[in-house]
Amino acid sequence: MTTRHPTTLLAEVTHRCPLHCPYCSNPIELMRAEAELGTADWLRVFTQARELGVLQLGLSGGEPLVRQDLEAMVAHAHGLGLYQTLVTSGLGLTRVRAERLKAAGLEHVQISFQDVDPATAERIAGVRSVPQKRAAAALVRELGFAFSVNVVLHRANLDRVGEIIDMAAELGADRLELANTQYYGWALRNRAALLPSREQVERARRVAEERMARYRGTMQIVYVLPDYHETYPKPCYGGWGNFYILVAPDGRALPCHGATEIARLSFPNVRDHDLRWIWEASPGFNAFRGDGWMKDPCRSCPRKAVDFGGCRCQAFALTGDAAATDPVCVLSPHRDLIDRAVAAADASVDGAGEYEYRAIGKEPQRA
Amino acid sequence: MTVAPTSRPRLWRLARISFDPVRNRPVLLYPEGAVLLNETGKAILELCDGTRTVAEIARELGDRYRADVLADVTEYLDRLAERELVLEA
Repeated sequence: MTTRHPTTLLAEVTHRCPLHCPYCSNPIELMRAEAELGTADWLRVFTQARELGVLQLGLSGGEPLVRQDLEAMVAHAHGLGLYQTLVTSGLGLTRVRAERLKAAGLEHVQISFQDVDPATAERIAGVRSVPQKRAAAALVRELGFAFSVNVVLHRANLDRVGEIIDMAAELGADRLELANTQYYGWALRNRAALLPSREQVERARRVAEERMARYRGTMQIVYVLPDYHETYPKPCYGGWGNFYILVAPDGRALPCHGATEIARLSFPNVRDHDLRWIWEASPGFNAFRGDGWMKDPCRSCPRKAVDFGGCRCQAFALTGDAAATDPVCVLSPHRDLIDRAVAAADASVDGAGEYEYRAIGKEPQRA
Repeated sequence: MTVAPTSRPRLWRLARISFDPVRNRPVLLYPEGAVLLNETGKAILELCDGTRTVAEIARELGDRYRADVLADVTEYLDRLAERELVLEA
C-alpha cells in the first residue's frame, strides 16, 4: 500500500498541566516529567517530520509552556519551515516568554477558554484561570500572533454558545474552534456529566449558525459537530495514518489521541525508530489503513470513502472491537449504545453532574 | 464573498504562500491548515493583493498564458473564498 505524506504533527511535549478539565484528550494514565523526551529528541523528531512532508506542527500537552526548552523547539522547527501552533491554557504565557517565542518564529497561538461564565469556567478547569487567560490573550494580540480561541462544548456551557462566540470576538480572536466534546478517555468517564441533550444541541446549532454568518470575514468559526447527535460518524483524522502523527510525551508515536486505548495494538517510540519507518512501515500505523480491515456494514457501504468507517478508538471503546463500524453510524448494529447515552442525557435534569478531574498519578478526584 | 469580475480579492491575513521542497510544489499555509498549490494557483494568489480586480488578475494571467482565463480564475478564487482563505479587500 502506498502511503501519502503526513501534513500534521502534534507534539504533546508534556502531560503536566495546571488545569484539570474532565474532558482532557490526554490518556487516563498520565506521564510524569521523568518520562518526557529531552530537547534533542524533539528536535530530531521535528527534522524527520519535515523530511516526511509534515507542514503543520502543533506544540501541545498538557501545558507545553511548562517545558522551559519550548523556545529552542520553536526556533528549530521555524528553521525547518514548519508552520507552528502553540496549543496552550494561557497559564505561564508571561511577556518574557511570549516575546521569546515570537522571536523564535512562532506564528499561531491557540488559547483554551472553558466558558464565558467565570464560575463555570473554574469549575471545569478545577482552578481559577480566567484572569490569566484574558491577560495571555491580550498579550498574544499585542505581539501580533495569529490568535485562535478554543472552547470545548458540553452540557454545562452549550446553552451559552452565543455568548462564548461573542467573547472570542471581543478577545480579538482570528479563529474560534468550538469543539463539542468527543467521548474518549477522561471524557468517556465523565460522559454522564458532559453529554448534552438533543434539545441543547439543536438550539446551540441554530445560535452558532447565526453567529457564523454574522462574524464571517472577521473571525473564522470552526464548529466541530457533536458526533453522538449525528447520523453518520466523523471521518476521524481524515482516516487512520493518512495525514496525522501524534507523538506522546514519552516518544510514543500514534495515529490519533485515542489509539493507545486499543489494547491489541502496540505503537513504536521515536527513541527507537525513525519517523519514516514509523509512518510507512510500523504495524500500528498500518493497522487500519485503506479498507481491507473493514467488516460489514462498512465493507459494502459507499460511505466508506467518505468517513472511513468512523473512529477506530470509539469503536473499540464502546464495542470492544476496533474493526467494528463506529457505533455513531445509524447503520451500526451497536447504535443503541449511543441512543441510550443520548436518551439518558435527555432525561437528566441535574445539568451539572459530578466530574472526575484529570490528575497525574493520583486517585481520581470528584467535585 | 461572492467572487465577481469587479471583486478585489486579497489573501487571508494569516495565510502565506510557501514552497515545500518535499512535495516540490508551492503550498498555502495558515493556522491549522495547508493547501497544496500548482504554479497557476500560486500565480493567481500572488496577484490577490487587494488592489487588483479579478478581471485585472485574469487579464494579466491571460496575457502570460495567451488564453481567456477569467472563468477559471473566478472559479478558483470562489473555492478559496468559500473557505475564507480569500477575502474581499
